[in-house]
Amino acid sequence: MSVEQRGHIGRRDLILAGGAGLLVLALPSTRALARPSLQEAVNGFTGGTPVQPGKVKLDVPPLVENGNAVGVTVAVESPMTASDHVRRIALFNEKNPQADVAVFSLGPRAARARIATRIRLATSQTLIAVAELSDGSYWSSSANVIVTLAACIEDLS
Amino acid sequence: MKARLALMVLLCAGEAAAQEIPAAERRSGTDFMSAQTRAVQEDDTANPGMLWVLQGETLWNEPAGAAGRSCASCHGEAATSMRGVAARYPAFDAASGAPIDLAGKIDQCRTERQKAKSLPRESEDALGLAAYIGHQSRGMPIASPDDARLDAARAEGKRLFETRMGQLNLACSSCHDANWRGRLGGSAVTQAHPTGYPIYRLEWQAVGSLQRRMRGCMVGVRAEPFAYGAAEYIALELYLNSRAAEMPIETPGVRP
Amino acid sequence: MSRTLVSAPKTAKAGEIVDIRAMIAHPMETGYRMGPNGQAIPRKIIRHFACDYDGEEVFSAEFHPAMSANPFVAFSTVATKSGMLTFRWTDDDGKIETASAEIAVS
Repeated sequence: MSVEQRGHIGRRDLILAGGAGLLVLALPSTRALARPSLQEAVNGFTGGTPVQPGKVKLDVPPLVENGNAVGVTVAVESPMTASDHVRRIALFNEKNPQADVAVFSLGPRAARARIATRIRLATSQTLIAVAELSDGSYWSSSANVIVTLAACIEDLS
Repeated sequence: MKARLALMVLLCAGEAAAQEIPAAERRSGTDFMSAQTRAVQEDDTANPGMLWVLQGETLWNEPAGAAGRSCASCHGEAATSMRGVAARYPAFDAASGAPIDLAGKIDQCRTERQKAKSLPRESEDALGLAAYIGHQSRGMPIASPDDARLDAARAEGKRLFETRMGQLNLACSSCHDANWRGRLGGSAVTQAHPTGYPIYRLEWQAVGSLQRRMRGCMVGVRAEPFAYGAAEYIALELYLNSRAAEMPIETPGVRP
Repeated sequence: MSRTLVSAPKTAKAGEIVDIRAMIAHPMETGYRMGPNGQAIPRKIIRHFACDYDGEEVFSAEFHPAMSANPFVAFSTVATKSGMLTFRWTDDDGKIETASAEIAVS
């Protein structure tokens, strides 16, 4: 800032300050509108049926080197018979632009209630796996993952 | 993150002349990775780099260009004819009187023998062929040729490796010789041994070449990167291979 | 072009649980990224994956942009009889890629 401007707030500073204020105000609200919360996403999957903790084992490393490919394994306690099996396993995240990750449809022919995959996590957050059983009950397990970011980002050109 | 980067810069700048890493202390990038990333690299049914290897295998057997020949028409089974080839490149190319890297050699075969269109560097097909051919040398030690005609380029590569560049004024050696035990933000610095190229990098979400990796470091220190295929990259690769002599090839490597 | 990589045992005993892995080369472009020109890169992902065993679906999945590029899934099925495992990936435009693996059951 030049000496002349020191005594008063320059016009440019006002514009900058105003712009920054708008940005700060705008960001959280649009984000909230853009995606459902983790709980809302789970409710959308279960149709509001209460989810019980247990039966589900969500295996994900607590700290990952890159959020682009995070290995996830979900196993559910189930005999996987025609009368008692896992119908679906859904994965949801807390802080990506979208809450949904994937929904896996199993059934007795899947033989084992266990899936593994690789997912993207935009930042450190909570991940939840929800299993829908053939009796209509829902079970879940969650985990916190810390995502470390690369120090240098390569340009795209 | 910025504060850490600045700290790292100070660290590097404060370091006395970087020493080369003794052979006994050499470690592949694999050793710096998490157990999860290592498991992905080590299982061919989970390693996404294998998708490029398979693509390369298809191309190897596919006739291309005016000559109507495939790589296999001349070279036969890659498992035998290409075993150990990637371990020796870059090599001296008598025709051009200069060192040539594996990607350059593949493209030379393509344009001159198959009379086909040149494959641009970093194109999926070029990376696929390089990954397939590189994969044939997996487990073999890097063995840069003992060829006096390569000496000048190798020396130039060493000079470039030790030359400070970019707005951050860092040489490759400032980090990869002097500070390989350190971390840059959340990432391990590593020793920069080219054992797994082309690699599947989680950051890229795809396979890329050693030149792309070096380009990334140059952009990172805010230097103007060399153009793909530049003699400087090939000189650097020659030096890196002499620096990593005897280390086993891991292609397709997986890196964060 | 070999753009898929599936893994299943070639032989199995009847009643045995077999592990299956399937991977396809695909950028899974999220639609949230910007290109070097500042323009948004349009979304393009694999939406659906299914595995059939002798024509009957044994496993399927619905993918969202949070699935990694070159999506990978591992699951299992019970070996019933000799036949074909077929894998089917469907993208945003409805384009389908397939792969198959034969299994001999004794």
